[in-house]
Amino acid sequence: MFDVQKIRADFPILQLQVRDKPLVYLDNAATSQKPQQVLDALNHYYTAQNANIHRAVHYLSETATRAYSESRESVRALLNAAHESEIIFTRGTTEAINLVAHSWGLQNLKAGDEILLSAMEHHSNIVPWQIVCEKTGAQIRVIPINDAGEILFDEYENLLQSGHVKFIGVCHISNALGTVNPVKEMIAKAHEVGAKVLIDGAQSVPHAKVDVQDLDADFYAFSGHKICAPTGIGALYGKAELLNAMPPYQGGGDMISSVTWEKTEYNVLPHKFEAGTPDIAGVIGLAAAIDYVTKIGLENIAAHEAQLLDYATKEVQSIEDFQIVGRAKNKASILSFVIPGAHPQDIGALLDARGVAIRTGHHCTQPLMKRLGLSATARASFAFYNTEDEVDVFVEATKNARKMLL
Amino acid sequence: MIENQQEIADDLVDTFEMFDSWEDRYGVLIDFGKKLPPLDESDKIEENRVHGCQSQVWMIARPHEENGQTTIDFIAESDALIVKGLIAILRKVYSGQTPQNILAFDIAGLLQRLGLDQHLTSGRRNGLDGMVRKIKTLAAQHI
Repeated sequence: MFDVQKIRADFPILQLQVRDKPLVYLDNAATSQKPQQVLDALNHYYTAQNANIHRAVHYLSETATRAYSESRESVRALLNAAHESEIIFTRGTTEAINLVAHSWGLQNLKAGDEILLSAMEHHSNIVPWQIVCEKTGAQIRVIPINDAGEILFDEYENLLQSGHVKFIGVCHISNALGTVNPVKEMIAKAHEVGAKVLIDGAQSVPHAKVDVQDLDADFYAFSGHKICAPTGIGALYGKAELLNAMPPYQGGGDMISSVTWEKTEYNVLPHKFEAGTPDIAGVIGLAAAIDYVTKIGLENIAAHEAQLLDYATKEVQSIEDFQIVGRAKNKASILSFVIPGAHPQDIGALLDARGVAIRTGHHCTQPLMKRLGLSATARASFAFYNTEDEVDVFVEATKNARKMLL
Repeated sequence: MIENQQEIADDLVDTFEMFDSWEDRYGVLIDFGKKLPPLDESDKIEENRVHGCQSQVWMIARPHEENGQTTIDFIAESDALIVKGLIAILRKVYSGQTPQNILAFDIAGLLQRLGLDQHLTSGRRNGLDGMVRKIKTLAAQHI
């Protein structure tokens, strides 16, 4: 049974008072809070398991190595990947995308090729491709959206017909608008023209069940810190055939099978892409986080968050001048908004004075903001540990901010 | 007549201390901000931008000479109201002052007394520091 109060008790930080008020944390799209179970796993790692993994013969190293590889199985199961070796640990979504851009992109793209990116991509799914384009002469084409923040599917299909499209990068869920993109259908269309697809899953993995085999995604990236894990750890899923054919992204220890001055043989997957001592504690923390959210149930999490978004969307109607930015029919628990005449930064500061944490700014989506004719929005984003009472505090605080600012 | 910066600072501290909550203190800043005289649209150009701010800030400072004494007037504007309130505070203590007074004034001490050092986010703090640097640079050029 989903009991939000019982869940909240697992999160020490949610008991905080900030600005002399109970914390109302609605910045979950930026990062999630961590339950005691994850903190305990980190503590346990450093107090009872810490050693460098692989190769050593001693007890601790064996313990740490086992915990590390069991964590890879947790991520595989979370994404329903076919094989553990298709899961590469990275620092997060950003590094995962950079890995694909630099390894797959530089190997497979050439002048005249086209990369399609949606108009709502995060800078982390734009800039790595711009860097690759500069080096290869490939070009980025933008998949347009409507004013509600939904991909124009017909336009996408038209773009695919150019005969030059080799790669598509699209977010599963938009961090700035909450739009849930039809990625399964987009992948199917892309595959018809032989293009590969990377899904930025930073906002989706924490909030819904993802199945990379059902989606038939070529690459899928996510960040641990948005799913209750520590910062600095995330993962890239890639189909084994693609990863096997790709050159290493970074060189170093662990990613080799033999090194001589003349020639180095690379290690097998996934180690080929994990040079150097990894974030072992982070990986173990990620597994604890996956265990935590899986026990609650991603379906239950999605249902609770959908209910919060519905409630918030209804309640904000009582705030004069409140304009929701992003009105996709299929939307995750992100409520981006503007109040004309009130700067989002001022709204954020006034909400903060009441202990309400939201995000303001361009959300690392400057091209999207430009498309929408905005320089910034304020954004409340809900997680499974948020409550309707917290939505009420947010709504009251926003009403008050509007009154003070206009 | 050049106003006494310390008295202005003390008045500001008194005003802030009348309010207990940060919401009310933001209210003071917002009121200051609403009363801030606007900058001409033609002055809102890249050359006058103060960088380091999350919101847009433009600032111009002009030396003013009267009876052999140089003072510096400055005016700035932002698209965010709380930042405008911060600009108003800087104007109160800096505008119309001699370069010597500008350089000598303990702005960090004032921000601390106002509690702003604790309550400004680092982004806004960077913007404020950017404005102070620009004012002081100009003042140093007129000594």
